[in-house]
Amino acid sequence: MSDLAQASAVALALIFRLDGDLLRIVRLSLGVSLTAVAIAGVISLPLGAALAVYGFRGRRPVIVILNALMGLPPVVVGLVVYLLLSRSGPLGMLGLLFTPAAMVVAQTVLVTPIVTVLVWRAVSGPWTAYGDALLVDGASRLRAIPELLAMSGAGLLTALLAGFGRAIAEVGAIIIVGGNIAGVTRTMTTDIALETSKGNLPLALALGIILIALSVGVSAAAFLLANWRTRP
Amino acid sequence: MIAVARRAALAVLLAALLAAASARAGTPYIIVASTTSTEQSGLFGHLLPAFTKASGIAVRVVAVGTGQALKIGERGDCDVVFVHDKPSELKFVADGFGVERHEVMYNDFVLVGPAADPAKVAGGRDIVAAFRKIAAAKAPFVSRGDDSGTDKAEKRIWKAAGIDVKPVSGTWYRDTGSGMGPTLNTAAAMDGYTLSDRGTWLSFQNRRDLKIVVEGDKRLFNQYGVMLVNPARHPAVKQALGRRFIDWLVSPQGQHTIASYKINGQQLFFPNASDSS
Repeated sequence: MSDLAQASAVALALIFRLDGDLLRIVRLSLGVSLTAVAIAGVISLPLGAALAVYGFRGRRPVIVILNALMGLPPVVVGLVVYLLLSRSGPLGMLGLLFTPAAMVVAQTVLVTPIVTVLVWRAVSGPWTAYGDALLVDGASRLRAIPELLAMSGAGLLTALLAGFGRAIAEVGAIIIVGGNIAGVTRTMTTDIALETSKGNLPLALALGIILIALSVGVSAAAFLLANWRTRP
Repeated sequence: MIAVARRAALAVLLAALLAAASARAGTPYIIVASTTSTEQSGLFGHLLPAFTKASGIAVRVVAVGTGQALKIGERGDCDVVFVHDKPSELKFVADGFGVERHEVMYNDFVLVGPAADPAKVAGGRDIVAAFRKIAAAKAPFVSRGDDSGTDKAEKRIWKAAGIDVKPVSGTWYRDTGSGMGPTLNTAAAMDGYTLSDRGTWLSFQNRRDLKIVVEGDKRLFNQYGVMLVNPARHPAVKQALGRRFIDWLVSPQGQHTIASYKINGQQLFFPNASDSS
């Protein structure tokens, strides 16, 4: 308990000092994870809806595979992205390894299956209920997708937040492709790993407390936004 | 709701791209693959700002074990490698992955162990004898097991002691496959012995009952070397900037800066670039 109290004191001190390093790390963590979720959203919203709307052959295997990919081990994704982006790899000429962009790529890979499956779940109910109505005027299934997404608001928010939760909390992938470079690719989670390595447990735990507070903040902001939009 | 989300997503994306672009347009930089001992001991925090001030070149450090750092160099993913395992460094150069190896500095390894000292090795100076005693007592020994410079040094000592640790791994010999800090955390938690570089040990803050039990054997000497990744093999290597970093490290100014890094008045690294041929 005294460990936790000490860590809380360190966390508060860091926050009230508006520690410059901390602000930069927080900004990078949020920037990388929100960007990854944004890209995943652009892919997953139409893809998840399409999975519900189109009854194509092979849909079930696709869903089974996507479900399995929700559990992708971050360290494996990190390794594969590392090999792709390495100077000796196929995308080496882009020079992205050990940059924030590489971390965005890795997190997007991790997050996309989760958001896709949850979007599919969220729109499946409305599709069963209103699918016929959406198609009644001879509208194409493609045209039905945006309307279906529009009536599934809260579920989509949950899908995106679940993706964000995965991204902001993960360390295995970004520490490999980012390299945990101070001031460049050091995020909340890689910094926590580093401080734990140094045996600086109070600071590591303090950073952990701040990270959890950030997650709560993002989640609260998203719900406020959703409520504010749906209010008549 | 969707429109807002989409607009927000677009804004975030743009902000990220802008941030990436502005970072790229900033100061020139090199990537140095180095060891956890140089980073976590705080040496780089002391050394690199001095170099950046003198040269205008920023240094981005990827701190991993020596084995992994050399791998990063082999693949051309860094410009300079700064590590501590002479045999594998010489092989790295001989295989054509690196050029211009220079010795930079040294410190030493220390054997740390619990204050209770179940293997009765404290105060000795013969590291090989101490390892034999630990094995005979079957006292917990925590190994890095990550192919780092420290790991390779530890394996050399076991070999010199004539002890094969493979069959006993998982019993008293515990291979954590992790960096120096996590290994020290583990040793502290299970009252085990472990071999550490002195720099990481001095800056490590979660020692609990651990203390230095054996030091001063000349077989515990720990030399650091620096190499430029071979630009002939990897054209993307920033050879001019990388050379300036290496030249500065072995210059009187760089060597003096290394010598001036102290924790609690204790010097962590001893420059010896002038000794190298």
